[in-house]
Amino acid sequence: MPASKLIDNQVRVETPEGIDFVQAAAGPVPRILAYLIDFGWRCLVYMVIGILSAFIGGLGSGVFLILTFLLEWFYPVFFEVLRKGQTPGKKAMGLRVVNTDFTPIGWGASIVRNLLRAADFFPAFYATGMISMTLTGRFQRLGDLAAGSLVIYQEAERPLTVDPEIKPLMPPVALTREERQGIVDLTLRSGSISDSRQEELADLLTPVTGESGSAGLSRLKGIGVWLLGGKK
Amino acid sequence: MRERDFEQRYAEFWREFESGLDTAGKSGQTPDKGFPEAYRQLCNHLAMARQRDYSEALVAYLNRLVMAGHHLLYQPESRVGISRLAGALALFVTTLRRNRRFVICSALLFLLPALVMGVACYNDESITYSLIAPSQAAEMESMYDPANARIGPERDAETDLEMFGYYIQHNISIAFQSFAGGIFFGVGSVVVVLYNGLFLGAVGGHLTQAGFSETFYPFVIGHGAFELTAIVISGAAGMMLGYALISPGRLKRLEALRVAAAEAVKLMYGATFMLFIAAFLEAFWSSSTSLPVALKLSVGALLWIFVLWFCFFSSLGERREPE
Repeated sequence: MPASKLIDNQVRVETPEGIDFVQAAAGPVPRILAYLIDFGWRCLVYMVIGILSAFIGGLGSGVFLILTFLLEWFYPVFFEVLRKGQTPGKKAMGLRVVNTDFTPIGWGASIVRNLLRAADFFPAFYATGMISMTLTGRFQRLGDLAAGSLVIYQEAERPLTVDPEIKPLMPPVALTREERQGIVDLTLRSGSISDSRQEELADLLTPVTGESGSAGLSRLKGIGVWLLGGKK
Repeated sequence: MRERDFEQRYAEFWREFESGLDTAGKSGQTPDKGFPEAYRQLCNHLAMARQRDYSEALVAYLNRLVMAGHHLLYQPESRVGISRLAGALALFVTTLRRNRRFVICSALLFLLPALVMGVACYNDESITYSLIAPSQAAEMESMYDPANARIGPERDAETDLEMFGYYIQHNISIAFQSFAGGIFFGVGSVVVVLYNGLFLGAVGGHLTQAGFSETFYPFVIGHGAFELTAIVISGAAGMMLGYALISPGRLKRLEALRVAAAEAVKLMYGATFMLFIAAFLEAFWSSSTSLPVALKLSVGALLWIFVLWFCFFSSLGERREPE
């Protein structure tokens, strides 16, 4: 297996509609951060309940114990099922819990994955869960394996616009599929790459564009717009 | 067709689809009748866009729309209501009967050590101290001393609710851990069930030997019907996970685990419910000293009969499995 396959975090699922669709599985680091955010929220709630219950004595501490029990075990279940697979922490990190077929998670699976937190936590600080996440291809902890669930990145919206100033330019030579894709991707991503790096990349194609530097880059973007279907 | 033309032709359709998703998502309603067809068409667009090597940005956009549509179309039932809870209880009973061999196994793992330990501790005090620290044993003796005005953990009436909270947190967490421990090839569940059996046997034997049986048994019999059964059941649920890993049958090991977990979690619904009842009884009924011992014993016996009847003989389990 090539190294790029081994580090690829893309998960591919074939749906009943007969298409493959792809999502990126989230690794340990964003998930730990999401957990810490959730942990912070829970601590805040405990503090508030703790202060309130101190005023009403035995009754209050009974309520406190019940609420902490419910929060400790069922806080994620509540959010995962009723808030589209996102606890506040996961929402902040752009993560989402889904079934392995990318359908939204239901009560049964969510309860399984959250009850098995106890096993993932064993012996301390989610050590077992961490080992399981690093050994499984889709970053699943034990609870995920048993529930058949995944944590994926919720894709952010990306603008599709290209600078309308660029004049389409017919490529001077026939291009292969990969070349076409490379040029189109460069054109579309030009907003997120620095100009000097873009020029550097464009210089690799000096034999095609016949120019180097910024002139070469603008010709290349012209070809990209032409490939996208831009008309003169 | 070039990418721009493709985009121009269908942009309107995509926008409509997206706004339809938003309104359905906000109102929490089911999408309208045309939705599945529009979704299939969108899937078609995604497949075309990939096949024709359109830009990654367009493919990502369509992929995102498909994902949102997929979630709307295949959403599970997530509403909660009384009928859903009753359904969960019925599921629990049918699942329990289907998996009785695990329940029997778990019950034996609980009862046999309890009996052996009980008899041993009754006859030889030193065996008690191999499991329970002397200070802890002394504390228990003072709790169940018939000379006390109030048996069980010493407290006044005001703290009944506090103890209710404590029992919920403590007992249900043990049950959950015993279920979760099942994923380590069943070892965790077996250990929890076995330890609880030994502990109960040791306490029972020790207190009987000390002559406190007239306070201890009336105290435990009532909530024990629910609590001990629930511990055995959650142990059985954990063992189902472990067994699936050890002997997956025709499935892959992970697949077998997933199937077993979906089944075992139904047992946990019932066990959790029973532990809530147990905590309630333990806090508000078992600890009461104003009630005569005979009454507590007979109510306790009735509760045991009720729990066993409900789990294994009631007509609930013969019904068709609820959806």
